[in-house]
Amino acid sequence: MDLFPHRHLLGIKGLTEQEITHLLDRADEAVKISRQREKKTATLRGLTQINLFFEASTRTQASFELAGKRLGADVMNMSVGNSSVKKGETLIDTAMTLNAMHPDVLVVRHSSAGAAALLSQKVSCSVVNAGDGQHEHPTQALLDALTIRRARGKLSRIIVAICGDVLHSRVARSNILLLNAMGARVRVVAPATLLPSGIAQMGAEVCHSMKEGLKDADVVMMLRLQRERMSGAFVPSVREYFHYYGLDAEKLKAARDDALVMHPGPMNRGVEIASDIADGPQSVIEQQVEMGVAVRMAVMETLLLSRNPELRA
Amino acid sequence: MTRTTVLRNLRILDPSRDLDEAGAIVIENGRIAAAGAGALNQGAPEGADIVDCTGLVAAPGLVDARVFVGEPGAEHRETIESASRAAAAGGVTTFIMMPDTAPAIDDIALVEFVLKTARDKAIVNIHPAAALTRGLAGEEMTEFGLLKAAGAVAFTNGRKAIHNAQLLRRAMTYAREFDGVIALETRDRHLGAGGVMNEGLLASWLGLSGTPREAELIPLERDLRLAGLTGAAYHAAQISVPESAEAVRIARARGANVTCGISINHLSLNENDIGEYRTFFKLSPPLRGEDDRKAMVDALARGEIDIIVSSHDPQDVDTKRLPFADAADGAIGLESLLAAALRLYHSGEVPLMRLINALSTRPATIFGLDAGRLCPGAPADIVLIDLEEPWLATKDTILSRSKNTPFEDARFTGRAVHTYVGGKRVYALG
Repeated sequence: MDLFPHRHLLGIKGLTEQEITHLLDRADEAVKISRQREKKTATLRGLTQINLFFEASTRTQASFELAGKRLGADVMNMSVGNSSVKKGETLIDTAMTLNAMHPDVLVVRHSSAGAAALLSQKVSCSVVNAGDGQHEHPTQALLDALTIRRARGKLSRIIVAICGDVLHSRVARSNILLLNAMGARVRVVAPATLLPSGIAQMGAEVCHSMKEGLKDADVVMMLRLQRERMSGAFVPSVREYFHYYGLDAEKLKAARDDALVMHPGPMNRGVEIASDIADGPQSVIEQQVEMGVAVRMAVMETLLLSRNPELRA
Repeated sequence: MTRTTVLRNLRILDPSRDLDEAGAIVIENGRIAAAGAGALNQGAPEGADIVDCTGLVAAPGLVDARVFVGEPGAEHRETIESASRAAAAGGVTTFIMMPDTAPAIDDIALVEFVLKTARDKAIVNIHPAAALTRGLAGEEMTEFGLLKAAGAVAFTNGRKAIHNAQLLRRAMTYAREFDGVIALETRDRHLGAGGVMNEGLLASWLGLSGTPREAELIPLERDLRLAGLTGAAYHAAQISVPESAEAVRIARARGANVTCGISINHLSLNENDIGEYRTFFKLSPPLRGEDDRKAMVDALARGEIDIIVSSHDPQDVDTKRLPFADAADGAIGLESLLAAALRLYHSGEVPLMRLINALSTRPATIFGLDAGRLCPGAPADIVLIDLEEPWLATKDTILSRSKNTPFEDARFTGRAVHTYVGGKRVYALG
């Protein structure tokens, strides 16, 4: 039986609990590989992975690159400037050009929601969404889930508080979907200007204060607040935002004593999170980075092995 | 010599006389000589063309008050000629062409260009709407008097909204002198900024910025107040939420000379049709929720919404095959307008007479066009409709140069089978 009957990973939406569990189990194996001295395997030897980034992201791109290389694939990075007026034209044209080079997997990041899905209709290889606008960022949600599962042993019935700019966050959307699929309880904590319309029907309990939102939480997941949204457009000032929604030691007390502190990075220290918390004992931010490589290995291996059964050992 | 055509054995629907009866239509020299039960008795003169129309309904040809064409400037999307062929196939005998061309129709030379091209190449009647402001920039008034005299039938800013209330007040005051109807789509530039679909849960899940209903309603209420203040004839060109219909109703009750229209898309579709980023359903105003759609159908049935338009807006793959937020707004609609509207008749939601009124008679009245009637003396612009014909709208039968229809593979019941313009048959099915 095919445990992951999908050609692409465009989002968490549409994945079952079993499929997510399968990916996380594979990722646990990949963690072992990454911790060995010999980190390179031959799993995807001969296959080609292209990272197509229309939006700059050093961290995510590096993580995907390393994941591909550890699986033995040939990896090529394409960073396409996003300043061009006709972004979409570039998207389709670039995708068709790359498709003609017979890649086996395209990893795509783009500033427009639905870009990865559009691209997947035009190319003949697998597509992994590495973030599309404010829509989804599935590998981030998977790496967050892996980090939590390894620390807590489970995902069901835990309380996760997602705090900050939920409105603009693809990480939040993917996490809400994944955590609900796995039976976790999700809360969102943010000023109302940073919550999407209809949030109460998205599978998250809405809290407007950190004290209420973090109460007995197992996980406190902070989101990045973009600089252009800090001064008057969505919140009045960094000072006020940090006062009410920035994670500091005092606010963290509301959560369980052993609550995990997470952040998808890059962090704005002193805006959404205090430095001592980011570097403190409850922080698993560095583990998240490690799990990121493992999850991406698991995703690409799963997608490509189901399409290339002859590669299975 | 008089040329006479007699259409016999018809059901005749003429909203201008509230007439719905079996009968015949006698056409002489491009005009209707008689239409109704009485016309049966007149007996056709010798040499007349006699057409048996058993099973068909005759209605005044549709008058579509909001059609975008790519000529001049984007002929690869649509020409005046290709739009006219699409119109004829949809039973549309007259349409008003929006000024959103390149260059914009903001000068009498361009009005004359459109009229001349239409005269030479089009098979239906085409009337240009002139730009309300130069270059549609929303800053300076155009020459309303000269443009009207050249043949412009309305003033509009097309796809663009007017943000400056002072300018609009002056334009309304000035246009009134020339009996110019001002037709506008309303969209608050800040509230609606960045919005690419209806605000709500669906947009939130798709990660798309939403446009709240207030972005349409707030500037509409401003416009309605200004129409009351100036006494201008104002037409809300495309409303999408019941609150807007309500606002127009209230303004009318206050005595303002205001009317409103809705696109067939907003009566037929809702935001769920967008599915996974289907850009043919990206429209402005955006498709709203199902409750809104139903409420708009009710408002249409009650006559609170005056007219239905196709909002025909041809877009090519280069403007539609993009990520949703980057894609252009708009859908073609001339060929599907009647068939999609007939769904509302078949579902029992809107009586046929009311539908034909909203599609033909009422828009002709609002824009002062000699159309929308089947009474003696009127131009013989007629659509013969088979109300019960089932058909499938496939992409390869589209006559428009652009194929961005939201009704691809839709199943319809009823369509135009013959279209007459000025007594001449310009379209015959099959």
